[in-house]
Amino acid sequence: MLRIECPCCGPRDHDEFRYGGDASVTRPAHDDPDPEAWYAYVYVRKNPAGLHREFWQHVIGCRQWLVVERDTRNHVISSVAFARTSQA
Amino acid sequence: MARYSAFSIFRNALSGQKSWQRAWRAAEPKPSYDVIVIGGGGHGLATAFYLAENHGIRNVAVIEKGYVGGGNVGRNTTVIRSNYLLDGNTQFYEFSMKLWEGMSRALNFNVMFSQRGQLVTAHSADQLDGFSHRANIMRLNGIDADILDREEVRRLVPYLDFSDTARFPIHGAIFQGRAGTARHDAVAWGYARAADGHGVDIIQNCEVTGFVRDGERIVGVETTKGRIGAGKVGLAVAGHTSILGAKAGLELPIESHVLQAFVTEPLKPLVDHVVAYGADHFYVSQSDKGGLVFGGNLDGYNSYAQRGNLGVVREVAEAAIALMPCISRIRLLRHWGGVMDMTPDASPIICPTAIDGLYLNGGWCYGGFKATPASGWCFAHTIATGKPHPLIAAYGLDRFRTGRTLDEAGVGPSAWLQ
Amino acid sequence: MNAQNQRLPGGGRIDRSHPIEFSFDGRKLAGYRGDTLASALLANGVTLVGRSFKYHRPRGILSAGPEEPNALVTLGSGGRREPNLPATTLELGDGMVVETQNRWPSLAFDVQSLNGLFGPFLSAGFYYKTFMGPTRRAWMFYEHFIRKAAGLGRAGTDPDPARYEVRHAFADVAIIGSGPAGLSAARAAAAAGARVALIEQDFLLGGQLLAERSDGIAAAWLNEVEAELKGLETVTLMKRTSAFGVYDGNVLGLAAQREPLDTRSTGEARQTVTMLRAHSVVFATGAIERPMVFSNNDRPGVMLASAARTYLNRFAVLPGKKIIVAAANDAAWRTAFDLAEAGAEVTVADLRAAPPPALAAEAGRLGVAVRTATRIVDLRGGHAVRRATLSGPGGQSETACDLVCMSGGWSPTVHLTSHLGIKPRYRDDIDGFVPGIFPASWSGAGAMMGAYATADTIEDGHRAGIEAASFCGKSAPVSAPPKLDLGETVTAPLRDVPSAHRGKAFVDFQMDVTTKDIELAHREGYESVEHLKRYTTLGMGTDQGKTSNFAALAAMAGLRGATVPETGTTTFRPPFTPVAIGALAGRATGHHFKPFRRTPMHDWHQANGADMLEVGLWMRPWFYRQSGADVNEAYVAEMRTVRQAAGLMDISTLGKIDVQGPDAAIFLDRVYANGFAKLPVGRARYGVMLRDDGIVFDDGTTTRLAESRFFMTTSTAKAADVLSRLEFLLDTAWPDLRVAVTSVSDEWAAMSIAGPQSRAILAAEFPSLDVSDAALPHMGLLEGEWEGRALRILRLSYSGERAYELYVGATAGAQLWNRLLEAGDPFGLKPYGVEALGALRVEKGHVAGPEIDGRTTLDDLGLGRIAGKRSGFVGDVLRRRPALLAPARERLVGLECIEDGKRLRGGAILFLPGEKAHGHGRGRVTSVTFSPERGHYVGLALLAGDMAAEGNEVVAVYPMKAETVRARIVAPVFLDPQGERLHG
Repeated sequence: MLRIECPCCGPRDHDEFRYGGDASVTRPAHDDPDPEAWYAYVYVRKNPAGLHREFWQHVIGCRQWLVVERDTRNHVISSVAFARTSQA
Repeated sequence: MARYSAFSIFRNALSGQKSWQRAWRAAEPKPSYDVIVIGGGGHGLATAFYLAENHGIRNVAVIEKGYVGGGNVGRNTTVIRSNYLLDGNTQFYEFSMKLWEGMSRALNFNVMFSQRGQLVTAHSADQLDGFSHRANIMRLNGIDADILDREEVRRLVPYLDFSDTARFPIHGAIFQGRAGTARHDAVAWGYARAADGHGVDIIQNCEVTGFVRDGERIVGVETTKGRIGAGKVGLAVAGHTSILGAKAGLELPIESHVLQAFVTEPLKPLVDHVVAYGADHFYVSQSDKGGLVFGGNLDGYNSYAQRGNLGVVREVAEAAIALMPCISRIRLLRHWGGVMDMTPDASPIICPTAIDGLYLNGGWCYGGFKATPASGWCFAHTIATGKPHPLIAAYGLDRFRTGRTLDEAGVGPSAWLQ
Repeated sequence: MNAQNQRLPGGGRIDRSHPIEFSFDGRKLAGYRGDTLASALLANGVTLVGRSFKYHRPRGILSAGPEEPNALVTLGSGGRREPNLPATTLELGDGMVVETQNRWPSLAFDVQSLNGLFGPFLSAGFYYKTFMGPTRRAWMFYEHFIRKAAGLGRAGTDPDPARYEVRHAFADVAIIGSGPAGLSAARAAAAAGARVALIEQDFLLGGQLLAERSDGIAAAWLNEVEAELKGLETVTLMKRTSAFGVYDGNVLGLAAQREPLDTRSTGEARQTVTMLRAHSVVFATGAIERPMVFSNNDRPGVMLASAARTYLNRFAVLPGKKIIVAAANDAAWRTAFDLAEAGAEVTVADLRAAPPPALAAEAGRLGVAVRTATRIVDLRGGHAVRRATLSGPGGQSETACDLVCMSGGWSPTVHLTSHLGIKPRYRDDIDGFVPGIFPASWSGAGAMMGAYATADTIEDGHRAGIEAASFCGKSAPVSAPPKLDLGETVTAPLRDVPSAHRGKAFVDFQMDVTTKDIELAHREGYESVEHLKRYTTLGMGTDQGKTSNFAALAAMAGLRGATVPETGTTTFRPPFTPVAIGALAGRATGHHFKPFRRTPMHDWHQANGADMLEVGLWMRPWFYRQSGADVNEAYVAEMRTVRQAAGLMDISTLGKIDVQGPDAAIFLDRVYANGFAKLPVGRARYGVMLRDDGIVFDDGTTTRLAESRFFMTTSTAKAADVLSRLEFLLDTAWPDLRVAVTSVSDEWAAMSIAGPQSRAILAAEFPSLDVSDAALPHMGLLEGEWEGRALRILRLSYSGERAYELYVGATAGAQLWNRLLEAGDPFGLKPYGVEALGALRVEKGHVAGPEIDGRTTLDDLGLGRIAGKRSGFVGDVLRRRPALLAPARERLVGLECIEDGKRLRGGAILFLPGEKAHGHGRGRVTSVTFSPERGHYVGLALLAGDMAAEGNEVVAVYPMKAETVRARIVAPVFLDPQGERLHG
């Protein structure tokens, strides 16, 4: 179990959350017509072996989407923040 | 290379096992090779073998960070099947099946390919209709497939839950008789030994740290054992494709995820087929040693740690009991994780790349083991000729840009957002 | 009833006032409360307990703990059958029925023991080199016999009647192991103020202290500390609990056994898996003694020295009368002394030339014979050892014996600490591996860190307990632990470098891996540790090689001319000890496994002849028995009811989302492919959502309740995914939009009334509401009250008939359902199920799950028009990728069966007439129904665009039923293309 310190609900098992993948990719503006930008956003991933910024949603809890920084080699979580207020 | 046979075993038994040779040489790198294959897993070793066997390219090195077969080829649940639905997958996996059927004799190494049959249970009329669609496609492509009703399933696998209280009553199943299992380590060792027999250098404990370029072209690799020149470089490091790809400047549609595998204590024969649960993530077979080998779903977050979490262990155990209540007191002996390249459409990527001299073989998701021989065969062809083998035409990297994706499950990219 | 001949008259930690009967391969035997099966067998003089995996060699009891490779038995029968249990950890219970395993016809006479004679042919990996002919499928023939010979115990085939639990627990400090280090750590951590969980796999606390005399100073120390811990509310003592795995987040997997003799707990779970989340963890897991490697070292009657001492002192069993103790360091001498004091004739054979003089003096006092620079080189005896060949300065000699105790030194039990990938570290001074560098929340103590003397382990545990508590912010002052000095001297073992063995010298007892196998692996280049393991099967047994790992590494190191750390160490995987799959599943079995969901009208459906169908965990009426004898008859009848009178359908399973906020309309404009900004208040609209990659994601209707408030419905299957996705977009992509979304799926019961009589029925039931077409037009909304509760009526149609969706508070759903049926009875209203619903929509040409399969675009489904020229919505850019716009792409068509008496089937593959049916065809049939209107089968299909001209013929091929049906391509709507019935 990863233990994610939800800023709203406190430390919880990761299976209370829904994983949302890489949070370092930039979603184009909703009306951005550039296929390359959308291709990069939807498909291309750095997939680092190391620190990974990623989305998690506390679905069995406050339902907030969070940005979690986690090391993909050992699952050590270094930060958790609300996604709304932590845009890179 | 001395051939393996009943006779060689007999002769050695009488001579104290003294005349066996190394299965493959402990090679040290030469200054350069025609082809370097990075990754001494099943796919890399098979590629090297077929480069030599099919294309006469013998000045080849396989470079492995650890020991050969140490990655996913030696960590998977060994299921081999060719029950794919989509045009592009169906033919490729069936070709692979045919190579499996001749593999032990082609390699002179018994990979214990056991065509014991695989069935997937269906739990509603709708689900069985879906399976029939798949079976129709298989039959129309010359692949064996059968649809079984409940009673036929019961005769085949009576130990499943056929009680009135079954949570997901068994309605029927799809069955492929030629599907089965193989001894995974033997596949790596068999290809290594056969490639070595063709003169391929297998270089273990040698990590690739970078690529050598001449202009835009890749002409070699930097390794922990020094620089090694190469006419062409093939990348076959599924699980770590992104990391090696980044060193070459490739940005890829791949994420690394962990899939767990499980084995129980050895038991006398109980499960004679490969059985997959159509109501949840669980599939099981029994190894020749007697352990029930099973697996479930991905852990669900990017990971390079070869270990899984306890929640998934429990989920898999729950599904196991739901399908096979009789194994409640059978004990889990070991569980471990393998790191998978997951692609946005869950299909592999094998192709030349935009970088001259660099060829890519990865993105196997959790289906790489059964693809091993065909992957090696087609990748060798692609490296040797510079053009994709027709059977892997659908596996190009450009499909995500063009939209010609190959999504068997229809879950799309970023499945967790759906 | 056998007398317990080997049992001593006094001493031990058994309860002689509580005798226990059990049976062993049909023999009735007796033991005492406090025995393990192994100790009870030894008390009864039973030494032959099992057969080995490959050679079927007779085996006895090697150890007194979970490291046991040999003494594996099967307990119980039927659904209670439990194979492969180590007798050494099995707490003796009344009436236990024990069977030996891997033998036929009997343990004493096992036909497959002949395998031993073929040993030279069965070298490591021999099967990779043969069984490849004469045909390609030859392996299938050989495998049959190999599988039968392999395996250990036999599984039962009945379901298990027992109950299991999974529970969750929390602690500041979890301490694994209750030997002197663990006890001392628990004491210190608790005193510092931490909440402590002390985890012990045994049914007694004490660990290695239990091998000491039960009336000595060690026992006094144990009693004192145990009493102290028992008096603390902050300490949870978890006995019979194995810490089987360490997982991320400091989550420990624990498996606890119920006490077999506690009758009060009979109804409780047989085993409980606990997921313990600890702030910090102290590993005090001790060490495992290493066997020695010599010819025939696997014979029954060969035992680890510490195990013999445990059987003597803890269980009051003297396991032999004429005993050889083979030592490589000081530790084994204590076994020799205790055995001699208990009356056995003991010889110590020490590898070392000059053991400490103090030991020799004590040996002299106790009459123990001592032979220095001496090793055992061979044993004789089949089912029990009889003679040992010793080799020393004076050459070789044979000595009679009935027990051999051996100690090749100790291996710290580092297994758990490596589950998270921490590589063990070699320590030269103890010739063993200790854990690598720990994270800050972990500590290690005692023998597992290489501190072997009891006094040191207590100090070490004390320090670790304080450290662990301090990590949790608990640092109250702690008094020094009580002292215990057993006077052990600690020396690194002298590693034996055996030369060629005469017979089989086992490294891994259970897997029958010998020194010759390791030599062969080395010769063939399988010299990395992982290759060695996989090639020889070393460490692959139920004991996970707990006693074999080091010896194998040392042997390989010797062959390679390398040191042990250069040769490597293997990665230990969880579980540390095997865990029952049933225990991991806990109570999530039967109908507790993925519990299904019921709508508010569920009970009515069940009581009224509904045949239920599970759809994404929801139970929905498939069809009603009153409509027809089987589903095919019933759905056609239910369709007719809807088309001719009216039908009532439970649609409570739809996802329902309340969308509110000033920017709600803008938001919906972006998430739907079609526009919502201009939707008037009080009107509903069908909408389609795409994924970011341009593929259709879900469809549903959304109704504008007010200027800034919408009511969205989703498909049943995608309800949760759609909500999360909306929240994702609001939280991460468009936080500037002032919109909130909330699931109201469970708040509303929903039902659809469809058919020409539907308006009349509503008018009858809701006389106070104006349901006229003027007040409630197609796609209109009526909000009202019913019985004092909010009621929403949406005029929407899925079937093509005049139809209304009614939403009412969930608790009133069943009541409204009943009332509508009553009110509708005179009009011919009847309930209908999902089979009829599916058929009605096919007839009308609406797409659903089989068409929205995660691979189709708006254009594929003929829905391109709803997006029109809009842009800026999710998925719009990537849906325009070239392959998704290709004219030959499969798109939705209608098919009409044109062969009388034949039926179309979903999943049929489409070919052109006259074309060979091979490959993937030109498309496929996705959904079908019998059309009462048309009098034959019709269906929807996805067909290559360049073949899809209406009027053309195709052939639908269904190999699984050997059917071929001709069909005509038509527009995908089979009924009322002008939509007049919506107003009928």
